[in-house]
Amino acid sequence: MSILREFYHNATDNVLNRRLINDIMPTKTKSFWQKKLEEIERSKSGTNADYDSWKKRTLDPWNEKTHFSPAEYTNSSGFDLKEIYTSKDIPNDYEKKRLGMPGEYPFTRGIYPNMYRGKRWTMRMFSGFGTPEDTNHRLRYLIKHGETGLSIAFDMPTLYGYDCTNERAEGEVGKCGVNVSSLKDMEVIFKGIDLSKVSTSMTINAPAAVLTAMYAVVAQKKNIPIEMLAGTVQADILKEYIAQKEWIYPPEAHIRLIRDMMVFCTNNMPKWNYISISGYHIREAGASALQELAFTLADGFFYVDLGLQAGLEIKRFAPRLSFFFNSSINFFEEIAKLRAARRIWAEVLKEKYGVTDKRSLGLKFHTQTSGYTLTWQQPLNNIVRTTIEGMAAVLGGTQSLHTNSYDEAWALPSEDAVKVALRTQQIISEESGIPDVIDPLGGSYYLEWLTDKMVEETYRYFEQIDRLGGILEAVKKGYIQKEIAATSYKRQIRLEQGKETMVGANKYVDEDEKPISILRISRKAEKAQVARLKSVKSKRNELHVQKTLLDLENAMRTENENTFPYIMKAVEAYATLEEISNVGRKVFGEWKEPIIV
Amino acid sequence: MLGERSSVNGKNQSLFKDRPIKILLAKPGIDGHDRGIFVLSKAFRDAGMEVIYPGLLPKPEDVVEIAVNEDVDVIALSLLNGAHLTVFKKVVDIMKKRGIKDIAVVGGGTIPDEDKPKLEKMGITGNYGPGTPLSVIIEHVKKRAEEARKLKMA
Repeated sequence: MSILREFYHNATDNVLNRRLINDIMPTKTKSFWQKKLEEIERSKSGTNADYDSWKKRTLDPWNEKTHFSPAEYTNSSGFDLKEIYTSKDIPNDYEKKRLGMPGEYPFTRGIYPNMYRGKRWTMRMFSGFGTPEDTNHRLRYLIKHGETGLSIAFDMPTLYGYDCTNERAEGEVGKCGVNVSSLKDMEVIFKGIDLSKVSTSMTINAPAAVLTAMYAVVAQKKNIPIEMLAGTVQADILKEYIAQKEWIYPPEAHIRLIRDMMVFCTNNMPKWNYISISGYHIREAGASALQELAFTLADGFFYVDLGLQAGLEIKRFAPRLSFFFNSSINFFEEIAKLRAARRIWAEVLKEKYGVTDKRSLGLKFHTQTSGYTLTWQQPLNNIVRTTIEGMAAVLGGTQSLHTNSYDEAWALPSEDAVKVALRTQQIISEESGIPDVIDPLGGSYYLEWLTDKMVEETYRYFEQIDRLGGILEAVKKGYIQKEIAATSYKRQIRLEQGKETMVGANKYVDEDEKPISILRISRKAEKAQVARLKSVKSKRNELHVQKTLLDLENAMRTENENTFPYIMKAVEAYATLEEISNVGRKVFGEWKEPIIV
Repeated sequence: MLGERSSVNGKNQSLFKDRPIKILLAKPGIDGHDRGIFVLSKAFRDAGMEVIYPGLLPKPEDVVEIAVNEDVDVIALSLLNGAHLTVFKKVVDIMKKRGIKDIAVVGGGTIPDEDKPKLEKMGITGNYGPGTPLSVIIEHVKKRAEEARKLKMA
């Protein structure tokens, strides 16, 4: 086994690798996934006589007569597409077993009985840049313009657990999001915002527990009980190793800290969703729709196992896990992916984990339109792309949505561009009629075939991942990362060869591009942050800070101690993000990624 | 004048003549966006170059150190976090301080047009953004590598 893995790790050709695993490692007993795959295989109707005879009778003669040379029709997932789909492409028992009705198992058509008639998706625009004051201003601007949920982006130093004063942070403070070095910064970000009324999503992973603790302490200081806090932290560390690459410690250490946060929040912060299992970044890193779906759900089931191992009851924590998907430009592929995600989650939880609780079985997710599909050339075209992607997200039944701004291939979005992006959602919601009927594309032969195919191929990936020893092992070996890098490279080559089109970038190119006005983050933010941190440090009780850090260190060294309350204590004492992260660096060490290319 | 490294390395010129272009790809800041750099690694390799990618989070001084140890022709820097003006500069400053002249530096990432002349002035060329054809980047690297090679052989 280990020799094979070693070989596998060192080989470069992914296709060869997969074949290797299949040939050398026949499994003795049938896995759950193999059984699911067989079940799907059995349900297939086999031949499609209607299609075959139509092709022979009408299509082929037509193509011949018109000297039509067939192009290649595939999607990002690599599925070959036929000219047309009919009822024969869908299994007989499809509607009853795999589609169901909204609010009912397996939730393919939506998790709520009345879907958008009952509640529209939350328009959640990711924002955060510069100083905490800048972000506070932007959040209030969005609230004023009808946004219903807050979403905070952090800068690189914050994401990696460094303070603004760290040598490595130079030039990076406030560039990709807001900088948070201590509790003080969080106090400023949420100044004048009633935390008992908003729901806040924070895109933070490696230091997720620290930022959650900060949010909780800010609330406590405003006399808001932490039980009332609603929101989400991303805290999906597996996808960091897979795609976003913002880690501090080795995987096991982060997983332990996430476990502690899960347990604490399950018991004390009932409205706080502590993990947002994210496919977004996996997709942006170059994965196909299928890979996004498969790897994200594999991560999801890993966290289910983690909660169970921590002794939590599944129905107490599964409803608190939410997902975050990408909506890219291939309209039907994205809708199928989102519908398939709900079905897989429900099927596996029910059949493999024996879950019956409805709230656990329904997969909730946030969607963001794809940043990768945006071009810096002819930026106004991006509004159109984002509209198509936003529509796919809504047709896929999303619970909340971020639409990208047209200038984001250049820089962080300007206020005007953000407004257009928000208006795009409002037009989809209130003018287009799309949300009027639940799952309006349900029953489309093509979409249902595609949804079923997504499910099938995902189970195939799950089987593959299990053979590698599970998702954590697969990530540590670099398998997942290599799969993504291979897909990404293939797509790039197809673009270069003109087999795929990006309007304005590799086709219909304008000779002279006019620059658009973009948001620039000055170094002022850095200076202001450094000054504030100095002032925070000069005012705090140093002895108390050191004591809280020492207590945290002891807690980290004791496997069964829950670290979360200790992090809250340290935060409250105004220990900085880096000081707190350094305790972990000392206890757990740092992480060096496996070789991918 | 020989640079610090040329004098200690004692070069066999014929080795340089026939050796494929050797390029170090690096993201010297705290930035995990590595999709582009993976694509480039593969593309440069397919174009016959020898590619070194040390993984994420090397410090600017690490980048220069690796470049010297590996005797590369080109350092390709990538950042998508907006910190290119500060961080790329650190790399070329260290090179200048160490007297390294025979390694070319090229850049890429999300770099606004108005920053490009500033980077050029530091000797960092290319500075390509998303959507640039691989062939354009490869040609540019080849050109810069040839220049560096001439300096190495001088």
